[in-house]
Amino acid sequence: MDLPTVWFLLIAALFTGYFVLEGFDFGVGMLLPVLGRDDRERRVLINTIGPVWDGNEVWLITAAGAMFAAFPAWYATVFSGFYLPLLLILLALIGRGVAFEYRHKRPEAAWKRRWDTAILVGSLVPAVLWGITLANIVRGVPLHADGDYAGGLADLLTPYALLGGLTTAALFGTHGAVFLALKTAGDLRRRAGTLAARLGAGATPLAAGFLAWTLALRPGVAAAALAVAATAALVAGTAAARVRREGWAFTGTATGIALTVATLFAALFPDVLPSTLAAAGTLTVQNAASGPYTLRIMTWLAAFATPVVLLYQGWTYWVFRRRIGVEHIPEH
Amino acid sequence: MDALDVARWQFGVTTVYHFLFVPLTIGLSTLVAVLQTCWHRTGDARYLRLTRFYGKLFLINFAMGVVTGIVQEFQFGMNWSDYSRFVGDVFGAPLAMEALLAFFLESTFLGLWIFGWDRLPRRIHLATIWAAALGSTLSAYFILAANSWMQHPVGYRVDPGTGRAHLTDIGAVLTNKVALVTFPHTLAGAFLVAGSLMVAVALWHLLHGTAHPAGAQTAAAGNADADRRAYRFAARFGAWVTLAAAVAVLITGDIQGKVMTEVQPMKMAAAEALYRTEQPASFSVLTVGSLDGSREVFALKIPYLLSFLGTGDPHGRVRGINDLQDQYAAQYGAGSYTPIIPVTYWSFRFMIAFGMAAAAVAAWALWAQRRGRNPADARGSRWLLRAGLIMPLLPLVANIFGWVFTEMGRQPWVVFGEMLTRDGVSRSVGLAEVLTSFTAFTLIYAVLAVVEVKLLLRYARAGLPGAAEATPTPPDRHDDDADRPLAFAY
Ligand code: HDD
Ligand code: HEM
Ligand code: HEM
Repeated sequence: MDLPTVWFLLIAALFTGYFVLEGFDFGVGMLLPVLGRDDRERRVLINTIGPVWDGNEVWLITAAGAMFAAFPAWYATVFSGFYLPLLLILLALIGRGVAFEYRHKRPEAAWKRRWDTAILVGSLVPAVLWGITLANIVRGVPLHADGDYAGGLADLLTPYALLGGLTTAALFGTHGAVFLALKTAGDLRRRAGTLAARLGAGATPLAAGFLAWTLALRPGVAAAALAVAATAALVAGTAAARVRREGWAFTGTATGIALTVATLFAALFPDVLPSTLAAAGTLTVQNAASGPYTLRIMTWLAAFATPVVLLYQGWTYWVFRRRIGVEHIPEH
Repeated sequence: MDALDVARWQFGVTTVYHFLFVPLTIGLSTLVAVLQTCWHRTGDARYLRLTRFYGKLFLINFAMGVVTGIVQEFQFGMNWSDYSRFVGDVFGAPLAMEALLAFFLESTFLGLWIFGWDRLPRRIHLATIWAAALGSTLSAYFILAANSWMQHPVGYRVDPGTGRAHLTDIGAVLTNKVALVTFPHTLAGAFLVAGSLMVAVALWHLLHGTAHPAGAQTAAAGNADADRRAYRFAARFGAWVTLAAAVAVLITGDIQGKVMTEVQPMKMAAAEALYRTEQPASFSVLTVGSLDGSREVFALKIPYLLSFLGTGDPHGRVRGINDLQDQYAAQYGAGSYTPIIPVTYWSFRFMIAFGMAAAAVAAWALWAQRRGRNPADARGSRWLLRAGLIMPLLPLVANIFGWVFTEMGRQPWVVFGEMLTRDGVSRSVGLAEVLTSFTAFTLIYAVLAVVEVKLLLRYARAGLPGAAEATPTPPDRHDDDADRPLAFAY
């Protein structure tokens, strides 16, 4: 396999990791007002992701950095072309990140309410916009022959893209509920489990529809196989949530999201950003890639560093494996 | 005003803002790790209380550093896409390394440190804060290597076919002589900020006399003496750190001046508003130039000093702006290659002056506490209190001026000698879009600045936690499902 293809796979893997991990913490944020009835419960919810959300977000930073280094033209066109969605995502992530840290720093109810809103909006907005962005990358956007974005905001809001946004939001919501059922105790755990099964029943058909539409736009054997597997995993995850097999439910939604993202990247390959205007503008794995030297250096780096990162991030999840209930929340 | 101007303002504003939090993150993570190590070694509760106290201030600051950093990474692609296309091959590599080697380390281990007080054995918990501190230091190194490449591009060639820069030697990029001296200089600047903050807070408690029981903190302050001892240690330790950092910043700054004279002579000339080449050159304490900036009207100078600063030889030749402008015009084609002189001239001076002012306050604070003296009894203690209150701002402002100097002094280049800033901007992004993002970031940053400063003051004022409150219960194998509340929770 040539190096640009390796890097395409690695970047797909980084985004997959990002959506699986930050997926559940977006979900937790979205469900904050739904499941958290009082301040204590909301604190339980936030604390399930407290030690890990920043590490999860670094998957995005790494994915974007890898895109910059390995496919500068792809990074440049996507980030300048999808200007407003990315701006909104940034604003959302800013509000959300600060909210986790600052919310409990003052006792006033109004103060907490404001940060709760920041967490809700900051989780929901990126959950939708990432779906829209991914969908547009797969479907393609108008590009000039030199690879610059030629469309406007309206070109990004096609029905297919909107379905993509709805799908990611629904999937992350489900994933978050499943995660909460796995990580909380008592009444919260029960309610999270019930909600997970309901959300899963809605998200699965949405995802199946979105994946089918993707295949209709960009057919391919590998993508089709992945899409089927993704749907199966989501069905299994939802079923497991219904019978309260929380570990299996989480495995199901995590796999389902991973395979959904994988389907999108498989459908995209060997392009990285198709042009809906002249084909000359289409960015491909080959024409958007860095030089072989950069890719080789980066490959060595990734081969060495990625396992180490996975190891210590995995360890964090192990250290904080315990369920949290309202009784574990300290007074102040 | 066009999209280019707004994009430049946006870059300046968001980057300066990011850098308001970065020095404290870098400096304070290490100082907190040192405090925790002291506790680990001695078992003395005062170190533990200080660890937790300054740790809290550190975290309030850290959150802002993280969320403003993501903006920086996205911004290259959003506003500077032609720049990104041109340099991604070279510039992207250190950025990706930073994420993979530094940000993961910092964010993961900081999560473990914050929430791990009662989940991890003490030694391992101590190791997590060191790992996080290492992560933030490493992240500075990689981003500075990227920035140094823009000041002095090395280890690349430009592909004549695509016009893109291609990396040819990663070793050269990572050991760029500009990076090797920028890194220690920036680290020293960071410790100057962190040390100053430590002194300022401790001094306030010592002088303002809150080292006595107060409100909710009673358990904390049952023993006013213990508090005073702890603040005293912090004030002295912080002051020594500040002084050491000031010396380091001077030494590295001097070397940086020499490297700069060599690789970016125009920047040195602009720092000094030196219009004509001089040998020997004198250092300008104050120069007033003509309005068009091409001639000096009045100047107050120290002979030989600039020659020494720039070349290491008091009789060395330092080239002037007019000379260099002519040379660059001949080399790169007609156009202005001169940065905005008043900005570079004053930012260079302010960097030095503000930083040294912080060191002076640190020396004063040490003097007021010499041989066990209580600073509150010293003469002029009210002035010391006032000086202490602005102390952390001094090196922070110095850092900002340092960056404004570095980046503005490189103009009109974005990559020196290779790409002009105006050629790097995104062509597909219109004025309305950049204006929207600029307004949005400025507004949200302004609001968050108020929130964060208020929180910092609130927690700084609240003072040390009580010894009992601060002491973690170490983990016990058998109580995995215990109902004990978390030692720390959001
Ligand atoms: C507390 C902060 C602080 C203080 C007291 C100083 N500096 Fe500094 N300086 C910085 C903080 C800083 C900085 C923010 O960290 C910069 C910006 C980029 C960099 O490398 O460091 C900087 C840049 C910078 C540069 C620009 C390098 C370039 O663009 O290539 C030079 C030549 C110096 N410094 C030299 C000095 C000298 C001679 C100083 C004292 C006599 C001094 N600095 C004090
Ligand atoms: C080390 C990482 C950094 C990188 C890679 C970097 C990169 C850049 C780039 C690409 C520009 C050109 C865009 C423009 O002209 O606006 C720029 C300009 C600028 N940067 Fe930096 N920068 C870094 C650090 C900083 C820091 C820490 C500060 C301030 C605290 C800073 C302050 C500025 C300012 C004020 C400008 C505007 C100059 C002008 O437009 O005239 N930079 N920088
Ligand atoms: C313009 C260039 C810059 C970019 C693209 C950038 C990028 C980032 C990003 C993405 C983060 C968030 C990391 C997280 O989520 O944990 C961050 C935080 C941070 N940045 Fe910057 N940064 C820039 C300038 C600088 C400079 C000049 C320095 C220091 C010399 C610096 C040092 C740090 C540190 C210490 C943090 C603390 C958080 C952490 O390490 O996780 N950054 N930056």
